[in-house]
Amino acid sequence: MNSQSPVVYNFHLPRFPARLVAGVAIVILLVTLIWTACYTVQAESEGVVLRFGKFLKTVEPGLHFKLPLGIDKVAVVPTRRQLKLEFGFFTPGYTNPDQPAREGGEERSMVTGDLNAALVEWVVQYRIDDPKQYLFDVRNPAQTLRDLSEAAMREVIGDRTVDEVITIGRQDIEVSALARMQELAKRYMLGVRVDQVQLKNVNPPAEVQASFNEVNKAQQDRENAINIANGDYNEAVPRAKGQADQAIRAAEGYRFKRVNEAQGDVASFNAMLEQYIKAPEITRTRLYLETMGDVLSATGEKIIIDDSMRNLLPILPLTGKPLEKK
Amino acid sequence: MNARGCLWLVSIVLVVVFLRALQGCFFAVHQTEQVIITQFGKPVGEPITDPGLHFKLPIIQEVNRIDKRFLEWDGAPVAIPTRDKTYIHVDTFARWRINDAKTYFVRLRDERSAQSRLEDILGSETRNAVAKHDLIEIVRIDKNRKPLRDENLKNVPTGLGTIGVLPPIEYGRLKIEDEIKTKAAGKLSEFGIELLDLRLKRVNYNPDVLDRIYQRMMSERRQIAQRFRSEGEGEAARIAGQKERDLNEIQSTAYRQVQQIRGESDAKATEIYAHAYTQNPQAAEFYNFLKSMDTYRKVLTKDTTLVFSTDSDLFGLLKRANAKPQTLPPAR
Repeated sequence: MNSQSPVVYNFHLPRFPARLVAGVAIVILLVTLIWTACYTVQAESEGVVLRFGKFLKTVEPGLHFKLPLGIDKVAVVPTRRQLKLEFGFFTPGYTNPDQPAREGGEERSMVTGDLNAALVEWVVQYRIDDPKQYLFDVRNPAQTLRDLSEAAMREVIGDRTVDEVITIGRQDIEVSALARMQELAKRYMLGVRVDQVQLKNVNPPAEVQASFNEVNKAQQDRENAINIANGDYNEAVPRAKGQADQAIRAAEGYRFKRVNEAQGDVASFNAMLEQYIKAPEITRTRLYLETMGDVLSATGEKIIIDDSMRNLLPILPLTGKPLEKK
Repeated sequence: MNARGCLWLVSIVLVVVFLRALQGCFFAVHQTEQVIITQFGKPVGEPITDPGLHFKLPIIQEVNRIDKRFLEWDGAPVAIPTRDKTYIHVDTFARWRINDAKTYFVRLRDERSAQSRLEDILGSETRNAVAKHDLIEIVRIDKNRKPLRDENLKNVPTGLGTIGVLPPIEYGRLKIEDEIKTKAAGKLSEFGIELLDLRLKRVNYNPDVLDRIYQRMMSERRQIAQRFRSEGEGEAARIAGQKERDLNEIQSTAYRQVQQIRGESDAKATEIYAHAYTQNPQAAEFYNFLKSMDTYRKVLTKDTTLVFSTDSDLFGLLKRANAKPQTLPPAR
């Protein structure tokens, strides 16, 4: 093609000197040859060089030369880039055409090991680690990886209960699915290394979502009932303990009081007794008279009669009530 | 000048023609291909599997390129009833390779007919295998796996309905896949095709079945929810009972201690008094006397009317100054 265009040029404009035309043609030819002979490999990639279709070598990033005119061909494979596949969903703005889910609904829906249905979305991170295998051993390697990743995920989900899938077993599922995908990728000679499997949204189907929420609510209700009961307990018991302590301390106080008072009384009694023993008669008389003095000054009516007087009744109004005071 | 130009032109055309003829003699075999040379449509020699530049006769020999990579086969999803009469959609895929290019070329010629043959054979083998097994055999893999139990559900006894239980299996999906693969591989080898792997990609419930499944899932969840609520109420009742018990224990223990302390205090006080008052006969007598005096103080109040005789100790002197006071009333 390139070799013919200068000829056409020459044909239509014959007044140019043929030597000049030939020179220009040769220069253009050379430039084209050189242009098709060099190529660059991006930093994240490796180049695979084929000569007449046969694998020749792989080359590192940088500027390289090859034989022109379709003798050598170069396929550039992004071996250092982390690639990802999304299953059951897709994030817009992807560059890798294999990345988004193609049939989101079907990819998501799975049957769990206890024959429940679940919707599982996940992501597979992988890298091309053997560009030769990746290019030459499998047609459509990315699609193959998608297929086997779906099969592997379903194998893992199929051996787990819906509770494991939705709540408790997520990490276990990621680990098992990763191991299985790595094994299958090796067996299929894809030339890729599966680095990570991450579960994204994992839900029960929308139709039964309400029932699952109901379980969560019931769980909250249970915690709530227990908390309220504990609250009642904590409100009553420590107070009762305090009150019990109070009563016991009060009783102890009573003990001190009784004993101290008794000892005080006894001390005072003993002191008096000592004096009493020294002069019993006079002490008795003194105490008697003192008492009488106090008592009689406080009492109301006092009637003193002579013991020879026999007829007291007429003047004593024994009505059962004390006499009116004037 | 013009003549020179013509010479150039002619020589260039000659070169192009020569190269074209040369191109008819040479062909490149790509790393991913194998080539069968046919002469007037009839294969000649062994297939060329070695990539690189090869030679053939121009014009009379033709190059037929056949892929030698692993090729995909993606089955269309089919609705199949399992042995336990559950309708499921099964989506399979396989990877295959042309390992006998000559046979393949003679019998199928191109990939389109190969794909349709694969569809026939793999589709029917899949149908047979699925229909022979219960659904659970197609879903599960490892018959020894024990499911993890939700901490919250650990009180739920196993075997209560289907919650948290993996139904037992005999074969499992991998064996069924193997079975399909083995049977189909024999049939496909007649076409020069090697079947590398076959897998069930998706197994999903038929929409008609799905309603039933949802009903069951909902009833299972309802059971769990009821269980949680009942556990909560039970636990709350237990705590309330514990509260009653603890309160009674605390209060009665305190009562016992209080009574004990008070009793002991009274006893101690009594002992102290008794000890003091009985230390000798005079003490007892004196105590009696003092207590009598105290009693008078308490009993004789301002509402009391007292009648005294001049014969009494207190007022004896009222009558006669020299009257001798009588002895004081004896104690007691």
